[in-house]
Amino acid sequence: MNLNGKSNEFDVIIIGGGITGAGTARDCSLRGMRVLLLERFDFAAGATGRNHGLLHSGARYAVTDKESASECIKENMILRKIARHCVEENNGLFISLPEDDINFQSKFVESCHEAGIDAQIIDPAEARRMEPSVNPNLIGAVKVPDGSVDPFRLTLANIIDAKAHGAQIRVYHEVTALIKEQCRVIGVTAWDHKKKESTNYYAPLTINAGGIWGHNIAKMAGIEVGMYPAKGSLLIFGHRVNNVVLNRCRKPADADILVPGDTICLIGTTSSHVGFDEVDDMRVTSEEVDLLLREGEKLAPALATTRILRAYAGVRPLVAADNDPTGRNISRGIVLLDHETRDGVAGFATITGGKLMTYRLMAEKATDLACAKLGIDKPCTTMNEPLPGSRDEEPELKDKKHAASPIRRSTIGRHGDLATRISTDNEMDNSLVCECEDVSVGEVKYALKELDVHNMEDLRHRTRVGMGTCQGELCACRAAGLLSDAHNCAHQAKADLARFLNERWKGMYPVAWGEALREGEYTQWVYKGLCGMNKMEEK
Amino acid sequence: MNTQQYNISDNNFEQCLKCTVCTVYCPVVPVNPNYPGPKQAGPDGERLRLKRGEFFDEALKYCLNCKRCEVACPSNVRIGDIIQLARIKYSQKKPSLRDMILANTDIVGTLSSTFAPVVNTTVALKPVKAVMDSVLKIDKHRTFPKYAGQTFVSWFKKNAADKQELYLNHVSFFHGCYINYNYPQLGKDVVKVMNAIDYGVHLLEKEKCCGVALISNGLINQAKKQAHINIESIRKSVNEEKRPVIAASSTCTFTIRDEYPHLLQVENSDVRDSVELATRFIYRLLEEGKVKLKFRDTQPVRVAYHTPCHMEKLGWGYYSIELLRQIPHLDLVVLDSQCCGIGGTYGFKKENYPTSQGIGESLFKQIKAAGVQYVATDCETCKWQIEMSTPYEVKHPISILAEALDVEGTMKLNK
Repeated sequence: MNLNGKSNEFDVIIIGGGITGAGTARDCSLRGMRVLLLERFDFAAGATGRNHGLLHSGARYAVTDKESASECIKENMILRKIARHCVEENNGLFISLPEDDINFQSKFVESCHEAGIDAQIIDPAEARRMEPSVNPNLIGAVKVPDGSVDPFRLTLANIIDAKAHGAQIRVYHEVTALIKEQCRVIGVTAWDHKKKESTNYYAPLTINAGGIWGHNIAKMAGIEVGMYPAKGSLLIFGHRVNNVVLNRCRKPADADILVPGDTICLIGTTSSHVGFDEVDDMRVTSEEVDLLLREGEKLAPALATTRILRAYAGVRPLVAADNDPTGRNISRGIVLLDHETRDGVAGFATITGGKLMTYRLMAEKATDLACAKLGIDKPCTTMNEPLPGSRDEEPELKDKKHAASPIRRSTIGRHGDLATRISTDNEMDNSLVCECEDVSVGEVKYALKELDVHNMEDLRHRTRVGMGTCQGELCACRAAGLLSDAHNCAHQAKADLARFLNERWKGMYPVAWGEALREGEYTQWVYKGLCGMNKMEEK
Repeated sequence: MNTQQYNISDNNFEQCLKCTVCTVYCPVVPVNPNYPGPKQAGPDGERLRLKRGEFFDEALKYCLNCKRCEVACPSNVRIGDIIQLARIKYSQKKPSLRDMILANTDIVGTLSSTFAPVVNTTVALKPVKAVMDSVLKIDKHRTFPKYAGQTFVSWFKKNAADKQELYLNHVSFFHGCYINYNYPQLGKDVVKVMNAIDYGVHLLEKEKCCGVALISNGLINQAKKQAHINIESIRKSVNEEKRPVIAASSTCTFTIRDEYPHLLQVENSDVRDSVELATRFIYRLLEEGKVKLKFRDTQPVRVAYHTPCHMEKLGWGYYSIELLRQIPHLDLVVLDSQCCGIGGTYGFKKENYPTSQGIGESLFKQIKAAGVQYVATDCETCKWQIEMSTPYEVKHPISILAEALDVEGTMKLNK
């Protein structure tokens, strides 16, 4: 145990490095608190990085959940301002197909307007012009201000700003126990996965932002939160089929959202109840793949013939309200639990429910509670304060005459104004690690140096290395080489490379046919036959 | 359910496995570091361009559309087409006056043929070349092909058209701009050879430039118009008159067969198989035993054959090579299949000159070391490039055949 109490003392400890934890860490640090954030793996490793990346207009919830809908549209407008480099303003369509009840449309539009969402009925012909990939048989369309948001970028931007305001961020630190003194949580014990050691940290307030894993964290304090793990599966397609978000104009159901995000598009989701024992190893079943394709094809027929990159699933941290077996009817509303008033355990709060979209509001509410507990009187500013990366006009793009190369454009797209920190000085730094996503050596070096990258998976979250059509075939070994240089350990980098490729394969496996399978086979040949990786395993 | 039975969309770049063999075979990559190479410019770039058009890279103009990437691709990705279509769709650069002049082979050809002696002398003058170099950015090292005083078409109408009905079989001949304006002799050779094997040769009802130079210089609407006119005439010839269409230029043939549907969306599937090169047409007749050739007793000669890029893409180099091998005493050296660097109008542009010559260098070396009397090839622009860059004359296989053929004897064999 570390006896140097001072450096282990904070005003607030936040458990969880998803978007909620990152946002809360930022808000708390902006309001002058000494913050410690503990994350057991990497940022955005849970539900944050496993969803549509949809910048909801709120229209989806307008009819069934008005509160969520109006939260969504407010946050939507805020994120467009403060997180410009994480957001794509694509717009969205809610389409009615011949089998849908067209009468739902007027109720839908009315509910949207009540929630403050600018929903406009447009002619199906105009919808087809706006989005040529849309099912041409549509009988109705409503235009809404949907968009896309990159959850990895958004989380990272919050982390960067939290750090800049003094927050301490520890990844690969897993909370193993809450330290209690009578009826009060006074700190946590965390296991450092890298150094393999346990440390105690102390703070008058611990905020549980662990998503679905927060269920078990609360249990450490003897508290039952009553979470409801609802698995949602998605498919990623190899390239963009649509440039406008496509939704079905009906009550939320399976596989009725197609979102364009960066170089790809995603169809999702399914919704099914899973046990807490399964949440660490989500696998997409073939029934789910069939369902996603069958329904997805109705939104955009081209999906039937478009190459699928991978399938993945996340777990929504819903808070159970009734016995809905699908979880569809549980509110997506924000749940902030003050365990002192709720359960008689002081110094402990849980922030959960909500959505990626409403993370800032969740953080604001949690931070307001922290302020109240700690006697701090400082208002929230996150609705106005742009995140790092979205502060300046993108440097190279200011000068319209001097067109940036596609590689530089990709870099700026990912890092916004922070792209100025990425070297383009020499041929080496400008050469590509990831050819599908245009990630340069300079960008990887920047991530390794400044963005808490410990392994290939972290690097993927920061840069999109390995997220393209080749799924690591060409880029993984190059990235492993740079990691090995940076950490001065080839052995570890090789093991990491094997892990990374297996993780990529896990996502390809449920959709391994056609070109994806051919490419998988080729990748295997490259790494086994050419690089001798199978020999490495034997040693 | 048809879902994912065939999981390749129209954007067939999805078949790309990233093996990068296309970039290995690209002639531009080793000599021009500003060109990102076919993999990055093609399938990789296309994903980014689908995200937003601003990811288009003007460096795609360095692609000389040789299609060697497509020949190399084991997954049938139409890499060259993806690059050309991206240029058509996204390029902000408008064609310059120079590009218009180079692309409009028809108009320029008509004007120049009328004033051939003046034009030929003028464009060969050093001061004129210097002005073209500095003002128009047409490289001063280049020599414009000479214009003939009488076009092939007017020669044909005056001297050959009447006799063609006398033959048993018939073909239409897509002569192309080069034969018509610059080198009618090749057209005359085609007529001579075809007549010898009892085939009458006819002009198409209307013939426009195939449009390859218009496409590469971004004048797409005009290219489409001309393509429609050509395909209509070809359709009439093939479907109504039952005359297949032959041509002598590998690039014209390739453009009509493949670039029309792929780049210009001009449908040709009903007549595509009936448009082919004269060498292939004749070789197939020989193979089937339908015609026989008799040759004159000529002196031994050693000739090098260069496979033009579009010939390679057509997969038809074999036919020209095998036809030449029919000629007794002709010792044929088949050169390695590689790009000569000219790429049609590409090499005429000042900014491409070093790339163009860099690409061709190893070919020129191989020719010089081959110890031949002359070079044979099916492409007129390859001819200009090789004649400019080596000491050798370049002849078309049909001209070589015409020269070696015992016309009377062949006619008798085929009556």
